[in-house]
Amino acid sequence: MNIHEYQAKQIFAQYGVPTPRGIVANTPEEAVKAAEELGGNIWVVKAQIHAGGRGLGGGVKLAKSIDEVKTLADEILGMTLVTHQTGPEGKLVQKVYIEEGADIKDELYLGVVLDRAKEMPVIMASTEGGMEIEKVAEESPEKIVKVAVDPAIGFQPFHGRELVFGLGITDKNEQKKFMQFASKLYNVYMDKDAEMIEINPLIKTGAGDFLALDGKMGFDDSALYRHPEIEEMRDISEEDPDEREAAQYGLSYIALDGEIGCMVNGAGLAMGTMDTINYMGGTPANFLDVGGKANAETVAKGFEIILKNPNVKAIFVNIFGGIVRCDRIANGILEATKMVDVHVPVIVRLDGTNAEEAAEILANANIPNVIPATDLADGAKKAVEAAKGAK
Amino acid sequence: MSILVNKDTKVIVQGFTGSEGTFHAEQCLAYGTNIVGGVTPNKGGQEHLGKPVFNTVQEAVDATGATVSMVFVPPAFVADAVMEAAEAGIELAVIITEGAPVKDMQMAKAHAVKHGMKTIGPNCPGIITADECKIGIMPGNIFKKGNVGLISKSGTLTYEGANQVVKEGYGITTAVGIGGDPIIGLSYKQLLPMFEADPETEAIVMIGEIGGDLEIQAAKLIKEQITKPVVAFIAGQTAPKGKRMGHAGAIVSGSAGTAKEKMDALEAAGVKVVVSPADIGKAVKEVLSK
Repeated sequence: MNIHEYQAKQIFAQYGVPTPRGIVANTPEEAVKAAEELGGNIWVVKAQIHAGGRGLGGGVKLAKSIDEVKTLADEILGMTLVTHQTGPEGKLVQKVYIEEGADIKDELYLGVVLDRAKEMPVIMASTEGGMEIEKVAEESPEKIVKVAVDPAIGFQPFHGRELVFGLGITDKNEQKKFMQFASKLYNVYMDKDAEMIEINPLIKTGAGDFLALDGKMGFDDSALYRHPEIEEMRDISEEDPDEREAAQYGLSYIALDGEIGCMVNGAGLAMGTMDTINYMGGTPANFLDVGGKANAETVAKGFEIILKNPNVKAIFVNIFGGIVRCDRIANGILEATKMVDVHVPVIVRLDGTNAEEAAEILANANIPNVIPATDLADGAKKAVEAAKGAK
Repeated sequence: MSILVNKDTKVIVQGFTGSEGTFHAEQCLAYGTNIVGGVTPNKGGQEHLGKPVFNTVQEAVDATGATVSMVFVPPAFVADAVMEAAEAGIELAVIITEGAPVKDMQMAKAHAVKHGMKTIGPNCPGIITADECKIGIMPGNIFKKGNVGLISKSGTLTYEGANQVVKEGYGITTAVGIGGDPIIGLSYKQLLPMFEADPETEAIVMIGEIGGDLEIQAAKLIKEQITKPVVAFIAGQTAPKGKRMGHAGAIVSGSAGTAKEKMDALEAAGVKVVVSPADIGKAVKEVLSK
């Protein structure tokens, strides 16, 4: 789960990670009020969406008067912001963050993620703030300082020294401030079960202070049960409604842009099914894992969600029955076709325990839209043919 | 022969009396697994499925001499259960539980390593040595005995792979589902050499997926140490970037962890890489009839 910049900064503030002062606003009037409350004579109006590249897309603007704050907030609120991370359809801006202007001397990067190879969090820092870190990693990896922190000992001063010397921070006072900044950010990461934190840019002001000018946080979904305060920050409008609906039924769904709907048990086999369709010359319309309990209800829900996509010309149901026997699943699929109006060909491949009985059930049912397949290759081939025939 | 577990392996079940634990322990017993007892706090002294229940893992180990634990404890308590097993002298914990917080598994794995306990999973189907010992949730009847070792991040792809191997007239020595979470126990790197050393295993199937770099590490190791033929499939060639494909660890971030990168590395290490999981069986036949 991801949160907005203003929410990440609220969390930072709780942990003493310095940020510029700011107030979130839903309307231009609220934006004006926020600017007045913050005071000063320069403000930044920032679109709040869960995607990077907001500045380049025109979602972050500088205001030099209260009037300008109002004009900009009016302009940004309600706009559909397109960035390299939103996809071409963009995202609707419903909130802006009004922040006091900052005196930027240097722009840095600081992030915390899990290092899967080392199996511990790694703090990444770079002097190349404002650039995409993936790009820096590709073009000048020597400019990224990586310091892994073993949670058993936590953030120690030597971790801090590795960071500041790696970044070339020489002023002792600045070293101390940066080390504290990183140490606090590590605490945020651990305490909140974050999956990643990214501050890009982290700025050094003319006075030698470090401030989180941006803030991005993602959380480990499996740990949300112990963080109701994070769950409360969830912005449903940022999530795909179909993915969300699927999740409520225990289905894992991701829309793609092809023509063959897929319904599979198990994430690996679901990806493998998409790959096989592609290999056979077709295009998958989605990833859908029905999980371990493929029954009439979950299959019916799966059909419903897949068929919302108008591009779907055929559906490939690929289930490997293990503990759940195939004959039961076959009956479930037949029942599901009665519950949902399935107007495209459905290719059904059931393998595993009691596969032969299942094949018989499907053959006897003789539903014109349901086409049995003998194995994965056969099913994928038939699905590709059916999709082509439907054109 | 086999790796890690066989018919003599003494197994306890943590979370023995819960609904998942009960259902699967029953299936394992029916398969012939030597389950010697289980652990559920506050149910010590009772009997469940004809086996003794203990309050702590230490009691269970002391009383039964168990060396392997199958863990069905709910996600919020699973790290605790694994660390308990490690301190009680369990040699291998097979963690079936899905949805364990990453931070917890980090801690539990580090503790297991410290105490010399191997782990498999979490979020995995478990391990099975055909016709001898099933520790997990896989359908045992698919795994006919044979000469192919199998390592897979995905549950159903394990079944798919094993089924194809059997349909081609071969069978399985041991199959290990290692799980698709960001932090997992035994992986290709540790398991490939075990299969290399197992005299009965003549070929190895490895099934991977997008995300992380375990398959890249495996490719390196295969090049240097593995002489037996390896067939590999990497799921997620058609997965979009930045989207989590079901498994918590199955995500392509930036340019790292793509299927292509992994397939190329494995191919370069001399592995027979198939583009579709439908070709696993055929590929095994090909490498074994050479």
